[in-house]
Amino acid sequence: MSLWRQLTHGLRSLIHRTRADQDVADEVEQYFEEATAASMARGLSAEEAKRAARLESGNMTAVREQVRSYGWENAVRITAADIRYAVRQLCSNAGFTIVCVCTLALGIGASTAIFSAVNPILFQPLPYPHAGRILMIWNTFHGARSEIAFGTWRELAERNRSLDALAIFEPWQPAMTGAARPERIEGQSVSASFFRVLGVAPVLGRDFRAGEDVFNGPRVVILSDGLWRQHFHGDRAILGHPVKLDDDYYTVIGVMPPAFENVLSPSAALWTPMQYDTRQIATQFDTWAWGNHLHMAGRLKPGISKDQAVHEFAQIARTPWAEFPRPRWAGLRNGLIIDSLQDDITHGVKPALLAVLGAVSLVLLIACVNVVNLLLARNAQRRGEFAVRAALGATQRRIIRQVITETLLLALLGGVLGLGVAAAGVRALIWLSPPGLPRVDAIRMDTVAFTFALGITTLIGLLTGLIPALHVSRENVQPGLQQNSRRTAGGHAWTRSALVITEMALALILLVGAGLLLRSMQRLLGVDPGFSTPHLLTLQVQTSGHQFDNLPSAPGAGDNVRRRFFEQALEAVRQVPGVKQAAFTSLLPLSDDPPVIGLYGAQFEDEDSQTGHNVFRYAVSPDYCQTMGIRLLSGRCLDERDSSSAPQAALLSDSLARSHFPGQNPIGKRLHVGPRDRPWYTVVGVVGDVKQTSLAIDQPDAVYLSTVQSWFSDDTLSFVVRAYGDPAALASSVKNAIWSVDGNQPIVRVTTMESLLAVTEAQRHFVLTLFEVFGIVALLLAAVGIYGILSGSVTERTREIGLRAALGASRNDILVLVLSQGMRLTALGVLIGFCGALAASQALATLLFGISPLDPLAYLSVITLLATVAAVACWTPAWRAARVDPAITLRAE
Amino acid sequence: MNDQNTDVIQGTLDMLILKTLSLEPMHGFGIARRVEQISRGVFKVNPGSLLTALQRLERAGWLDAEWRQTENSRRAKFYELTRAGEKQLEHETADWTRRASAIARLLKAEG
Repeated sequence: MSLWRQLTHGLRSLIHRTRADQDVADEVEQYFEEATAASMARGLSAEEAKRAARLESGNMTAVREQVRSYGWENAVRITAADIRYAVRQLCSNAGFTIVCVCTLALGIGASTAIFSAVNPILFQPLPYPHAGRILMIWNTFHGARSEIAFGTWRELAERNRSLDALAIFEPWQPAMTGAARPERIEGQSVSASFFRVLGVAPVLGRDFRAGEDVFNGPRVVILSDGLWRQHFHGDRAILGHPVKLDDDYYTVIGVMPPAFENVLSPSAALWTPMQYDTRQIATQFDTWAWGNHLHMAGRLKPGISKDQAVHEFAQIARTPWAEFPRPRWAGLRNGLIIDSLQDDITHGVKPALLAVLGAVSLVLLIACVNVVNLLLARNAQRRGEFAVRAALGATQRRIIRQVITETLLLALLGGVLGLGVAAAGVRALIWLSPPGLPRVDAIRMDTVAFTFALGITTLIGLLTGLIPALHVSRENVQPGLQQNSRRTAGGHAWTRSALVITEMALALILLVGAGLLLRSMQRLLGVDPGFSTPHLLTLQVQTSGHQFDNLPSAPGAGDNVRRRFFEQALEAVRQVPGVKQAAFTSLLPLSDDPPVIGLYGAQFEDEDSQTGHNVFRYAVSPDYCQTMGIRLLSGRCLDERDSSSAPQAALLSDSLARSHFPGQNPIGKRLHVGPRDRPWYTVVGVVGDVKQTSLAIDQPDAVYLSTVQSWFSDDTLSFVVRAYGDPAALASSVKNAIWSVDGNQPIVRVTTMESLLAVTEAQRHFVLTLFEVFGIVALLLAAVGIYGILSGSVTERTREIGLRAALGASRNDILVLVLSQGMRLTALGVLIGFCGALAASQALATLLFGISPLDPLAYLSVITLLATVAAVACWTPAWRAARVDPAITLRAE
Repeated sequence: MNDQNTDVIQGTLDMLILKTLSLEPMHGFGIARRVEQISRGVFKVNPGSLLTALQRLERAGWLDAEWRQTENSRRAKFYELTRAGEKQLEHETADWTRRASAIARLLKAEG
């Protein structure tokens, strides 16, 4: 009822505004007439009665205004007027509006985009029930995480009391044959408890049963939703049906939910039980079951803390039991590394992400400072306007309201544009994101971050915009009205100078970060990988099929088939026109081959049997070193003479040779690589060191063997092809050459060595790109800031400058005067920023390579850049000041 | 300020208006004069506050308003209590009595 009246009455007075106003005017007038009449009735004269009524009831106009201002419609009316006025104000000052809106949009957009990317990775809980209970458990190798063996898992799963489930898993890449070309599918080979650890069950069908994860158990597979839809058209009848993988038939028992996100292996699309042979696990250690090549995850029991689990596992690691014998390499003597799943998947990227988050916070801060600066500059001009309005009867509240409307409008414009920048930024981030960044699919625009950024800039804008409005009441209207007054400079100029200095300092900190990262990148790309990268095509061939099986009836027969296939394939590749040289290797430098698959224990003849060195084992074709361009330092390379019947030959890497045979000739020395019950390998040559994992990592100990002299034949080899021209152009003819030998063998990771190199450094590149972008934004904002303050100051000092000119100052003198004012601010900003950068750059230390966080060249060049940009920004106002005509300014007074 | 002549106690203006209008429909000045007369000049009503309060009470649905001729044949806006207004008056009166007697008891207890 009353709400209805509120609405209808309000709308009526809003629509028929003049009538409503007239109504109020009539009523008030009638009131005063009655009052006058009443006084007259008491015997006063008409004149006296009027005075008495006014004395008693106040000013008629004031009463009218008071009554008129009642009701929500009135607020609407005033707001509409305020908005109209604000739009006119912003349009009349387009330069200010554009710079302000762009500053806001950049600050809000950039910080929203970065936070949107960082939040799901570092802060949001993972998409599993009680995700905090999921732990990753690692072996310790030289203090760092390292893979674990099946045998270790068996013992830990049996002995621990703090976990609900403990799972192991490793990559499994079966070939799906039958289509035109064999397709390699990313999958995982897991223990039956895998999905229980994650707390996610198949949406269709069922989870693995413990009885399926046994040696020679049934071949079963669970599909991802994506694979199911893509390859099986989302057919529910697939359950119970066989799928051919690697020449075997697997029964589909389940399909995972569409929303299932597997942070442990984001591209995995199918899962199968591991089915290890446990019959000789306690007696025989030279089996796959004791190879440290598995990852392990567990789920805490409710009510058990991570610390309790860490304690229990440390206890288990320290106290071996007789029923669980451990080999030397799985002795757990260095304990286990246990981390929550979230910390574990992010520990590699955390420093980079935090650095980027810090950088974008600086950008937001600079944007805020710039907005304050711009508004202060404008406020100085507006004091006159406010004084006029106050003199005309506007209350302080009314003026404050106007200022708020204007600021909110500005914030709204900035917010809308910022939303666009953020959306584009999120896309750009996903596009730029380095491989290995977890949870990229979960990145989407974060509304909380957007609201925060918009809120903080708006709030700051409001507070700043209010300053001149607050001055209106406090000071006498008089000085404000005297627009000629030159006193305005004082206090505000000081604040604004401080702000510009702050901006310069913050920009310098960001630029130093960008400079350091850029220098690191230069250093890194200057690192010699140990081989020649141009014109090199690489591709990985993974053998698949039962023809390669080593059956008990014919041991080694499968290996021979495999070796023959690879040799024929290599021969076919060499025949491709445009191919200069070709070779293959079990381990490709700078690829994503996990280091662990290439690391083996080596023991020299003069060492006791308990000693072991971890070395990379490269099983290669004879021409490998020549094709890669790895330098031969002494002796000879492997060649055709090193056949399966010849004495076993090996090449050592330079650093391995130097560390074990200092001052001696290593040629002719003997060593074991891998199993020690086989003939010795004899060193026939020494070759240069090669970067295996990354340009930044030195792991130079390596041994090269011929594939035909290795104790097992690798099922996956990388081909390296040196082209005469563009290596990428050879890709399809090389693939076809290999398929001409056997069309059922999948070929993956076809790429040039130069793009592999780019991928290895992708994370650094990602951080560097962001720092560069933010650095440029900061530089621009700082330039706008110093330009704004100087041009404001020149306007305010026109009279003084005119006077100086009149008194004989040359244009040059005035130019120097203004420039030096700007450069003083810059110098102060640089000084403060320098100290800030010294501290802040320590946070970047882990991301740097080959330079110190105090690298003088980076600091010097960045300071030069900032000073140059500041000087350019100062030049325009200085030039304008120098053009001031003394006659005109003095006459204008 | 004159001790004999105080502004209407904060929050009681609505009740006084409703009470005054419960006798007969009246225009703004009539209400002001009636409040002053009945309170024997203790309460003085400010026209700005009064006319705004009348608008508010009308919007709340407690009063109806209509332009009519006064006895001295001027056009004036007359206000009349609605059913809802009567109820509101009862409610406010009861509430006021309760408070006033409580305060009176407290003051007595002091002595």
